[in-house]
Amino acid sequence: MTDPLLAVEDLRVAYPGRGFRSPDTEILHGVSLDITAGETVGLVGESGSGKTTLGRALLGLAPVTGGRILFKGEDITHADKAARRRLTRDIQVVFQDPYTSMNPNLTIEQTLTEPLRANGTSKRDALDKVATMLDAVHLPTDSLGRYPNEFSGGQRQRIAIARALTLDPSLIVCDEPVSALDLSNQRRVLDLFIEIQERTGVAYLFVSHDLAVIRHLSHRVAVLFQGDIVEWGDCDQVTARPEHPYTQRLLMAAPLPHPVKQTKHRADRQRVLAAQREAELQSGA
Amino acid sequence: MTAPIAPTPRAVTQQRASLLRSVLRQPLGAIALSVIALFVIVAIIGPWIVPGDAYTAHLDAILLPPGTDHILGTDPSGRDVLSRLIIATRSSMLGATIALVVAAAIGISTGLVAGYYRGWFESIFSYGASLFLALPSMVVLLAARSVIGPNLWWAMVIFGVIVSPAFYRLTFATVAGVRHELYVDAARTSGLSDVRIIGRHILSVVRAPVIIQAAGIAGVAIAIQAGLEFLGMGDAKLITWGGMLNDGFQAIYRQPWLLLWPTLALVLISVALTLVANTLRDVLERSSSARRSRSSEQAPAVYTIPVGSALSVRDLEVAYGNHKAERAVVVRNVSFDVAPGEVLGLVGESGSGKTQTAFAILDVLPGGGRITSGCVALAGKVTTQAQRAHERGRSVAYIPQEPMSNLDPSYTIGAQLTKPMRKCAKMTKTEANANALRLLTRVGIANPERVMSLYPHQVSGGMAQRVLIAGAIATEPDVLIADEPTTALDVTVQAEVLDLLRDLQAELGMAMVIVTHNFGVVADICDRVAVMQDGSIVETGDVESVFDRPQHPYTRELLGAILDDASVRTLPSSTTTNGVPS
Repeated sequence: MTDPLLAVEDLRVAYPGRGFRSPDTEILHGVSLDITAGETVGLVGESGSGKTTLGRALLGLAPVTGGRILFKGEDITHADKAARRRLTRDIQVVFQDPYTSMNPNLTIEQTLTEPLRANGTSKRDALDKVATMLDAVHLPTDSLGRYPNEFSGGQRQRIAIARALTLDPSLIVCDEPVSALDLSNQRRVLDLFIEIQERTGVAYLFVSHDLAVIRHLSHRVAVLFQGDIVEWGDCDQVTARPEHPYTQRLLMAAPLPHPVKQTKHRADRQRVLAAQREAELQSGA
Repeated sequence: MTAPIAPTPRAVTQQRASLLRSVLRQPLGAIALSVIALFVIVAIIGPWIVPGDAYTAHLDAILLPPGTDHILGTDPSGRDVLSRLIIATRSSMLGATIALVVAAAIGISTGLVAGYYRGWFESIFSYGASLFLALPSMVVLLAARSVIGPNLWWAMVIFGVIVSPAFYRLTFATVAGVRHELYVDAARTSGLSDVRIIGRHILSVVRAPVIIQAAGIAGVAIAIQAGLEFLGMGDAKLITWGGMLNDGFQAIYRQPWLLLWPTLALVLISVALTLVANTLRDVLERSSSARRSRSSEQAPAVYTIPVGSALSVRDLEVAYGNHKAERAVVVRNVSFDVAPGEVLGLVGESGSGKTQTAFAILDVLPGGGRITSGCVALAGKVTTQAQRAHERGRSVAYIPQEPMSNLDPSYTIGAQLTKPMRKCAKMTKTEANANALRLLTRVGIANPERVMSLYPHQVSGGMAQRVLIAGAIATEPDVLIADEPTTALDVTVQAEVLDLLRDLQAELGMAMVIVTHNFGVVADICDRVAVMQDGSIVETGDVESVFDRPQHPYTRELLGAILDDASVRTLPSSTTTNGVPS
């Protein structure tokens, strides 16, 4: 077995309580997973499960209170500012909301060259690189002089992907990057993610609440429930034959896009829920 | 689907036009800016354009009335008033500028640091700001004068320090607001240093409100300065408007004119600064004041409505804007019927007009939007706008997309549920309470008494949506319009809410229109489906036939974009997973 690109060991994240001496709110209660180079790890969970927090912790945007994050064998849990800025070349991010993740006052060129210039690339090289990146995400080069509000949600998310790619990272944290998009755009952007991965070998930590999206893209899947990983393994096994009751509920709750299949799926869901209630009663008694 | 936004085609270009030009385009702004410009020019070139002697006393020309030699007359020492006024402009403007620069430099820098880093910076700076705000500035300035002597410039520096909290508070609030914008996080993960993030992403947000504030502070600084001089606390050698006011006050019985000129100058510059601040605010925070226009629905006789239809829509067209040139049609030629007990799914992507259609039926189109042709029939009868407004909340009910933003955070859930019952159904308080408890139990809330006494922020999104559904079915409506009722909910909660809606619909025999972009929701609950694209319905049919045999290419494209669960990606290399935790 090769060394993982990124390993998260027993990670705990807690936000300080508001006000004097109020207790901290722990979001993640000891989470472990690993990501191999070139692989997509799907992180699925509902609101409040801590999935976004885990992504932010990897980026150094959330307060880690316990456990370790190892990147290429190096402990980056409490990386200082300088180390963190070096890491930006390796770990990048695509946020959920394509409308607020770009400064509305900057042109696309300014937004895209920013990470390159911050890492000391010359202006000329940065422009060349950005043109290549726009091409990679299938946007016309004349987009550079325009402002974010001139683009649709799907196009903006492509620009955000281009921004993440400019530094040739080895890992991109994707925080619900398609949940704000329309169905047809969602499909296209997901396929773009796959295409880029196959070409560049970048690894993704792909955070989503949608099992169908996770299944489409992931090699391995972790299911997060109230700050704990309740199931972690091969994508097909987790998304088609889940073992944990919560994953089962999650899988059964998503409606299938066909009336006949959905009628059967709904009946299955009622049966699974009844069985789980039964089991709970018995374990309680 | 996001909240409906009335299309404003000009907004983008106007935003780009420079701020100065936007202000000049407003008549009041143009006049006020010209007045300020005039004062600035006079302040700069003053010494070279004075017509008379501003400094030397002439005992032979004391208190002359306005005349040919002295246009504005002379003061008690025989000095030319117009010349003094011109010279005073310089010191008064300079004093205000000093106060402004000091206040802005201290306030903005501390505000940026405190807003960006929070923590200790915030505690210390905010404490300091509160302290300065509590100090009466006039008293401090008088005390300072007794220590440092009559020096106008130092007084203005001190005044600048005292008013700096105005800038601090504004900057702090603005920065704290954008601090957690995703683009700031994105800049951090791009490797930008804090200084560059503040300079590039945060300063630009602060700019506009600070400019507005500065115009206001400048006015206050000029007034305070005049007040000091008027009290005789200023530098006797310096000519200022306040000093001239003092001179004029001494001679008020002999030559009342003397008070007029410095007063006029003070009023002009203060009013101009205030007007510029107001115009700036109007330009920067432009609120669309689109008036609600009346609909021009067609005469009822034109349309044939099937008997027994619960809701029928015919040739509906919805448009925004009044003038032909900027009118945007968002819904066109939309027609459908919903029978009692039937569920119609209105599917489409964002901007397809599905929510606008729902709003038109409910007569809740946002400002500027109106039905430009077509009609809406309820229970087989064509309705007017007023009739639909009356039926809303009675025979037509509505479930919104965002449950949280549709509950008023300052009232308990019980109060919000019982109010419409007491108002519309004329129930007594006890009746309404009992009814609300019954409804909450009906929508599957386990502990209705407790939920009634809670505020919206104390319940989950799924619970809030159940409360709104309880409110919607309170009047046992014939038609229920649900705009993306489960989009904001978690998938497990979505399944429960869909189950609830299905049960209620069967129990009450309601006709239901569900606006959604999710084909899973359509498959789960709808009998028929209408697919919308660019404001028109491109395909209508039974759910099964649309899913199995889509006719329109757009429907096929949408169905094709659904993520099928057939393919699963294989691992790029042989990696073993850790064991599944139990």
